[in-house]
Amino acid sequence: MKLLVVAKRVPDPEAKIRVKPDGNSIVTEQLKFVINPFDEIAVEEALRIKEKLGGEVVVLSVGPAEAAEQVRTALAMGADRGVLIKADGVCADPGIIARALAEVAKQEGFDVLLMGKQAVDTDYGQTCGMLAQILGVPYAAFACKVEVEGESKRLAVVREVDGGLETKLIGMPCIVTADLRLNEPRYASLPGIMKAKKKEIRQVSLEELGVGVTPKLRVESLEEPPKRQGGRKVGSVEELVRALHDEAKVI
Amino acid sequence: MAGILVVAENYEGRLRSATFHAVQAALDYAKVKGESDVFALVLGTDASKLARELALYPLAEVFCLEQPEIAHYTAEAYSEAISKFLESRPFDALIGASSTFVKDLFPRLAERLGGGMVNEVLEILAPDRFKRPMFAGSVIATVRLEGDPKLITIRPTAFDTAPKAQEGAKVTPVGPFAISLPFTAEFVQFEEVKSERPKLTEAKRVVSGGRGLKSAEGFHSTIEPLADTLGAAIGASRAAVDSGFCPNDYQVGQTGKVVAPDLYVAVGISGAIQHLAGMKDSKVIVAVNKDEEAPIFEIADYGLVADLFKAVPEMIGELKKVKSA
Ligand SMILES: Cc1cc2nc3c(=O)[nH]c(=O)nc-3n(C[C@H](O)[C@H](O)[C@H](O)COP(=O)(O)OP(=O)(O)OC[C@H]3O[C@@H](n4cnc5c(N)ncnc54)[C@H](O)[C@@H]3O)c2cc1C
Repeated sequence: MKLLVVAKRVPDPEAKIRVKPDGNSIVTEQLKFVINPFDEIAVEEALRIKEKLGGEVVVLSVGPAEAAEQVRTALAMGADRGVLIKADGVCADPGIIARALAEVAKQEGFDVLLMGKQAVDTDYGQTCGMLAQILGVPYAAFACKVEVEGESKRLAVVREVDGGLETKLIGMPCIVTADLRLNEPRYASLPGIMKAKKKEIRQVSLEELGVGVTPKLRVESLEEPPKRQGGRKVGSVEELVRALHDEAKVI
Repeated sequence: MAGILVVAENYEGRLRSATFHAVQAALDYAKVKGESDVFALVLGTDASKLARELALYPLAEVFCLEQPEIAHYTAEAYSEAISKFLESRPFDALIGASSTFVKDLFPRLAERLGGGMVNEVLEILAPDRFKRPMFAGSVIATVRLEGDPKLITIRPTAFDTAPKAQEGAKVTPVGPFAISLPFTAEFVQFEEVKSERPKLTEAKRVVSGGRGLKSAEGFHSTIEPLADTLGAAIGASRAAVDSGFCPNDYQVGQTGKVVAPDLYVAVGISGAIQHLAGMKDSKVIVAVNKDEEAPIFEIADYGLVADLFKAVPEMIGELKKVKSA
């Protein structure tokens, strides 16, 4: 089984994000970066599929040179090798990222490509669907359960959709995006971290892949949203209910 | 002739109320663009029935498409069907309300059509400029979108629901189209979480429970009676869902549902940024938490520092008194 998995470098979701005074970018000093949590779940799922059915897990990341750290983390979790697509300074246009991933996916070939359902920095959630269309393969988004039918080369994927759970059957090669409840990612073990140091990370540029860098979707400026004014603490349940009735008039 | 097309959501033979917010967003978009006409498209089983319902809104024309290949939704078949339709009748912009349906469909469709896409739009500044949240709503970005057509998904809570029209719109059946996929992509089944309660994204009042409820039993015996007393929908934090207290579909937040009811009661929820991303635009927020330092109190209109297992039953009693008074 040839498994590709995408691991994007994003700011730690626990971190407080601030916009620089010029409104062009966020403050990155002192900011910790991690693998996008949804991608981390995808990495875990790829490793589990490999552990069950054998094969190879290749980690892909599109980003600055520092994104090698996130690729390395995925290698420490157990992935076999990495490809870092360097896109320094290029904004996170989902169309460009999808094209870059598509080129590498074509070079590598794959049975299943996994990635997170969205990145927690841009919150775009567009790359997967675009990638699937570019590659001409089916996909299942928001997966909370993946069953691989190795014989028939199909995946039965349970998807978290509005109103309940949907099951979709897709034929390989295919793409799956991970939702929060697909699994709980493992921590990299110490031996895993040691081994990862020797694993290969191939670096390629967008130019080498022949991917244009003119974005369709561009961020012009950033601002912090108006802060919601907190109200007050009430002393008792009785006071609360009275306030909701007399003051807020919502009951 | 181009124009603006709303892609309606056919949810189990019903129109999702979010669709009517998308109609309003499309009307706003038309105004910004200096156009007057907005169209809509409904697909799938019972599409013609739903089209007649949609036709009561201020639309120029409602198209409907029913054929066996799209009896059930898949992104693959729907993308093909919509693309085929657009070959004969192009539009400059396609607008949908953010839901798992549209989040799934639009990226694939955008690429299929060679267009561009922007998601979770909060405000339309110009035909190609929008405001949208990033970083779980910690940041609001102004973005520019190139590409033709433009696929735009809007956050339903940021737009009103469209008013009904004076005159009904014309309903036009289209298709069938040749849809053949070179791979397997099949709908198998849908297990609906059935509930008599108001829908989370449509309710005027929401009661949400978090990890503080301790167990599924704690969640049911505490949150449900409070929701019943208030006639509220039930929501939850990710921690409550992950711990198995309630179904996935209840999750409110960055990666769950975004709600903005008149009243949001957060019970045993700490107020992580990812949770706030889904509820901070509620009109009135009440928080019940035993930790007076919990971040939820920073945004709550009314905060009650108390043990929820004592406070919630008391609250139900007080609410009943108010009701009967
Ligand atoms: C990628 C990513 C996406 C995420 N998406 C979401 C999302 O969409 N929605 C979401 O909600 N979270 C999301 N999260 C998780 C989020 O970061 C928090 O972990 C989560 O919201 C915490 O849930 P909680 O408030 O119920 O639990 P906790 O943070 O553990 O808070 C429990 C609260 O209950 C209180 N409490 C305990 N016992 C009692 C009692 N007896 N009486 C009164 N109060 C009590 C405690 O004081 C505490 O404040 C996401 C996280 C990541 C990394």
